[in-house]
Amino acid sequence: MAKMILDFEKPILELEKKVEEMRRYADNPDIAQEIARIEKRVRQLQQSVYSGLTRWQKVQMARHADRPYTLDYIQLMTTDFVELHGDRAFKDDKAIVGGLARIGDTSVMIMGQQKGRDTKSNVYRNFGMPNPEGYRKAMRLMKLAEKFGRPVITLLDTPGAFPGLEAEERGQAEAIARNLFEMARLRVPIIVVIIGEGASGGALGLGIGDRILMLEYAWYSVISPESCSSILWRSWEYKEQAAEALQLTAPDLKKQGIIDAIVPEPLGGAHRDHQQMAAILKETLLQELKALKKLKPEKLVERRIDKFSRMGVTVG
Amino acid sequence: MSWFRRSKENIAAETQKKEIPDGLWTKCDACGEIIHKKELQKNFFTCSKCNAHFRVGSEEYLAVLLDEDSFKESDKKMRSGDPLKFVDTKKYRDRTNDAIKKTRLYDALRWGTGTIKDLPVVLAVMDFSFIGGSMGSVVGEKIARAVDKAWKTKTPLIIVSSSGGARMMEGALSLMQMAKTSAKLTRLADVRKPYISILTDPTTGGVTASFAMLGDVIIGEPNALIGFAGPRVIKQTIGKDLPPGFQRSEFLLEHGFLDMVVHRRDMRDTVHSILTHLA
Ligand SMILES: [Zn+2]
Repeated sequence: MAKMILDFEKPILELEKKVEEMRRYADNPDIAQEIARIEKRVRQLQQSVYSGLTRWQKVQMARHADRPYTLDYIQLMTTDFVELHGDRAFKDDKAIVGGLARIGDTSVMIMGQQKGRDTKSNVYRNFGMPNPEGYRKAMRLMKLAEKFGRPVITLLDTPGAFPGLEAEERGQAEAIARNLFEMARLRVPIIVVIIGEGASGGALGLGIGDRILMLEYAWYSVISPESCSSILWRSWEYKEQAAEALQLTAPDLKKQGIIDAIVPEPLGGAHRDHQQMAAILKETLLQELKALKKLKPEKLVERRIDKFSRMGVTVG
Repeated sequence: MSWFRRSKENIAAETQKKEIPDGLWTKCDACGEIIHKKELQKNFFTCSKCNAHFRVGSEEYLAVLLDEDSFKESDKKMRSGDPLKFVDTKKYRDRTNDAIKKTRLYDALRWGTGTIKDLPVVLAVMDFSFIGGSMGSVVGEKIARAVDKAWKTKTPLIIVSSSGGARMMEGALSLMQMAKTSAKLTRLADVRKPYISILTDPTTGGVTASFAMLGDVIIGEPNALIGFAGPRVIKQTIGKDLPPGFQRSEFLLEHGFLDMVVHRRDMRDTVHSILTHLA
């Protein structure tokens, strides 16, 4: 059962609950007819609600507490997962997980930021906010993938890199910058998927790739709507307007030329059906991997650098 | 939550401390010394009593580093295309137009070629006075072109940073400038030409977490604020005061993230010396 219900989900879930209760009396033909009628209304309601979501509502979807996280996708999409730990310098950051796994017939290095499901696991995962050693662990795994010629898949889902005192001492900025630089020239295919929250540099630190995919209800921007509101409107109250102004949804980013493709989510969002979501993403990844395998490392790197070099809009 | 919640002062750009004043006399914020404009200029806009480094613009920094009249600027009038037609309490378009009028610059970075004691260099210098030195499409594109120039002509590259971070009003496209500038720098590395990164007060957010931290040699000015998250955000996160000197150049040097801290009057000699070894 859902632990978290968003405002705009309520009428749908209420109808669904009603259907569920009525099913107990489904042998009555009158009730069976009524069930069919309500189910049709549910579908109509879902279609109208989810086709008309505002940008802020999509941000809420991306943060839904029941949404699949990195380890859920790894479990549902891959086999033989071998998790690898640590940056070989300081420690093992629990906010980033990664390791070897098989998707279809292909061994890949798969990794991403990892959020927790409850208070305890969120503390353990630092709410999916990595420290420098997390980015350095990710880079170590990518170098390992490069050495053995395995493709890299990164799953982005973070409210930001951790803004803590020790993160600064250990060089948060350097760790992210180093990843951008090394990922740009890594000699194996990299596929990036924004699965939930793509908050700023903390997300981008795993975000350089040959193909950038984004889930239908994920968000990706330079700052969260709340922080943007607090700086530009000098109040936390303008997060809806900030979300609109930032244009941070998947269709927005497609239009801006930042992502290559939008991965559709099950009706009602990824949290309504983890299996189906993972199946859709797995199918997409297999196709993408097949296409990228044909490219030589030199070509791959050249195209990757050119791809990011084209981003931006200037005049004169 | 975001690492880059900046102070309001940065974004407003109107109220900067340590800005070069218009009058003949100015007071050092750090020690209170009253200094004559001529004296300040002679000391590269540093306090002769306490060595505080005043914030300066690209024009002043070009004079610090380059041989006189050697600078040839490129893409001088490049400006933002306002890709999101961004509006908050003010239109982004009006914000940039006001900044252009006020600073007589077109965006927060200028780039071109020049010489340091006759050694040719490609140079890019940021202006904090232009919307807090924030990085949007223009800063990213100019850095990319500067790197391209250095790469194609096999010339050393120098970038002088001062920035509050990425520019919010261009959304994710601003974020991608971190990717773009870092990706481009890999090409310069391929031809083995040096990139020297000079960090001045302040260098934070997306600029620090991309090209600024990728120099072959990284130099900080004394007491410059350098970091990823701003001090205010970190203070909120940890719920206590930050230790003195936290995120200053000397702190970064101690923690292994800068090669050296150099007084502005010695910057030209130091950069030249490094170039004679590596270029
Ligand atoms: Zn002084």
